[in-house]
Amino acid sequence: MNFEFSKEHDLLREQARAFLTQHCPTTVVRKILEGNDPFDRDLWRKVADLGWLATVIPEEYGGLGLSYYELAVIAEELGRVLAPIPFSSSVYLAAEIILRDSTPAQRRRWLPQLANGEAIGTLAFAENLGRPSPQNIKTVARNGKITGRKIAVTDGDVADFAIVLVQSEKGNGTSLYCVESREFSHETVDSIDPTRSHATLEFHDSCGELIGADGHGWEMLNAVFDRAAVLFAWEQVGGTESTLKQATEYAKSRYAFGRPIGSFQAIKYKLANMYVKHTLARSNCYYGTWTLAGDHADLPLAAATCRVSAIQAYYYATKENIQTHGGMGFTWEFDCQLYYRRAKFLSLNLGSEHWWQDRLITAHEQRNLVA
Amino acid sequence: MDFNDAPAEASFRKEVREWLHQNVPTKNELTSLNEIQQGKLWQRRKFDAGWACIRWPAQYGGRDASAIEQVIWGQEESKYDLPVDIFDIGIGMAAPTLMHWGTDQQKQQYLPQLASGEHIWCQLFSEPIAGSDLAGIRSRAIQEGDVWVLNGQKIWTSGAHYSDFGIIVVRTDPTVPKHEGLTYFFIDMNSPGIDVKPIKQISGSSNFNEVFFRNVKIPDTNRLGAVGQGWQVSITTLMNERAVLGTGGGGVAFKNLFELASQLMIENRPAIDDSQVRSALANWYCQESGLRYTGYRAITALSRGETPGPEHSISKLVGASKIQDMASFALDLLEMAGSLATSEQARYFDSFLNSPGYRVAGGTDEIMLNILAERVLGLPQEVRVDKGIPFNEVPTGS
Repeated sequence: MNFEFSKEHDLLREQARAFLTQHCPTTVVRKILEGNDPFDRDLWRKVADLGWLATVIPEEYGGLGLSYYELAVIAEELGRVLAPIPFSSSVYLAAEIILRDSTPAQRRRWLPQLANGEAIGTLAFAENLGRPSPQNIKTVARNGKITGRKIAVTDGDVADFAIVLVQSEKGNGTSLYCVESREFSHETVDSIDPTRSHATLEFHDSCGELIGADGHGWEMLNAVFDRAAVLFAWEQVGGTESTLKQATEYAKSRYAFGRPIGSFQAIKYKLANMYVKHTLARSNCYYGTWTLAGDHADLPLAAATCRVSAIQAYYYATKENIQTHGGMGFTWEFDCQLYYRRAKFLSLNLGSEHWWQDRLITAHEQRNLVA
Repeated sequence: MDFNDAPAEASFRKEVREWLHQNVPTKNELTSLNEIQQGKLWQRRKFDAGWACIRWPAQYGGRDASAIEQVIWGQEESKYDLPVDIFDIGIGMAAPTLMHWGTDQQKQQYLPQLASGEHIWCQLFSEPIAGSDLAGIRSRAIQEGDVWVLNGQKIWTSGAHYSDFGIIVVRTDPTVPKHEGLTYFFIDMNSPGIDVKPIKQISGSSNFNEVFFRNVKIPDTNRLGAVGQGWQVSITTLMNERAVLGTGGGGVAFKNLFELASQLMIENRPAIDDSQVRSALANWYCQESGLRYTGYRAITALSRGETPGPEHSISKLVGASKIQDMASFALDLLEMAGSLATSEQARYFDSFLNSPGYRVAGGTDEIMLNILAERVLGLPQEVRVDKGIPFNEVPTGS
């Protein structure tokens, strides 16, 4: 047993942190928040050149063939700096589905381009307000063509293809189709975190290719959610640590009543509680990463555990960070808002806290059935 | 990173399992013994076979085992319901303090008898006037030749009524600032002049005591650390205390609540189908799991030879409230029947009444938060009116 990352992983972490400190300060994040670009193309190119997009893609498809430990390390560092790039959509979601569920021809078609950053992929599943389910999906496949409308598609305006959840052609459940961007129209939509763009996608008899088994879309989607949940959680843990650092530094330097506000217990307790929630979430991520890397049967439970604790830690840290900053925390000028927005985006993008609490208990029920 | 056993660890685990399987006392063996006798029987059996305090050096009765082997042992031993609690203070707190601050002779003399279970130790720190403000203690020892004469009172001393020795911190110089005038000893609990009086707790039972000292003589050879160094020595004990308390598996666990919620019904459906129940249980599982893996990560630090640091405060802080809240929630699930002290719900009933103590013992929640904020995050200390002034000039409000 060994409960730490290896020396090689720590070295990668140092390199990633040094690179991102230089190339992704919050001024870069603000450029996307305040400008018209959907993401930072320059940072995307650099990240691609470093091979980060290719981390777990096998060498035969142009990847580096490394493990999920390396990807977890990168995820934490990207989360720490709020990197404004479509990394999660393309790497944790689209590439994962292509890698695990598609045919060799489909893998040859997409993985090399996803690995070098020439292509961006995303996942399109939600259609309505509220929790998606196989029953409330209205988008359909007919004669191999897709018709319907998908909302809240992260990076949908910049993706070269979307993996789309549809009612299957044969009426035997839901299926996943890969649809290229020339086949659908998109409309960019304002979102809670403008540093990660969102779009509505419209499909009208759009040509697409079936991914995986027909009628098994929901299972494949849930399987990729479990895997992505661990990586999202690392981004959230990285962001939580940045937030805690920001709050701690402010509490040490801001004076009131003749003393640093961090010397008051009311502030200390907030910050200590941030540290506690952060530590518990991080420790859950260690176990989650091990189950992800080893394709362990405990992954669904471990993934839900990381996700729920990371959602809670990041939300608590970002809201109390604003509170610690007082009025300044509420301004556009201070960076508190960047973390607050990103925390909420990450907690919604893969399904809410409440949904994952439910999945956590479901995982326990299924574990008991097996046992 | 690997949460599975390496081959050598797997074979160690197998050896542990086989030994436990053959040696764990049967119900028959234990039935006629009281709790102390049961604990001593099990500890002695482990000691004789080389399975007591396995992480300790063999010369003191241990096995020179690694931190990971200690974890494996703990995981396997905790699968049985064994009487080990009475040694928590001696083995878990006094021994690491002796190991760190003791002379070779002190270690040689006292550690093997701790490992064998021959001696039970207690901890004499808190006083009626000094709990959270531990350095404000007033029990006074004055040196007379090669002994110290102690007068004063300690309180909340678990197990004082059956302990052979106690670790104690006392004031030896009231004319210097409070942290500088303390000295740390261990004391024979059978010394003349010690009077132990039980305190009745919320639950009705009496696990802890008031302890009075009248002209009690402590040999100077029972001192740990230098005269005036008592505060630093106490910190070693307290860090280990939080590590011990944090890992305590007592009370209610997720598993219990999950089973209970699966069996009880709300509106003709299992309670576990209720979305509020699912959310609450999921949150506790996240805490339980987070504490488990935080503990595992700390083992890596321990295996590098580091002493437990202030970050251990997390496990006690989170664990204590978790037990209290889970017990309260379990009683709620039982609805009106939750108020009954019947045997089938004793676990929740007892935890509900005992858990307020977990949040106070070994440092209150508030002290844990202060430790994390000041010693881990580096936030500035509160303004202290007693800072830097002689202890005998500190305002007491009386």
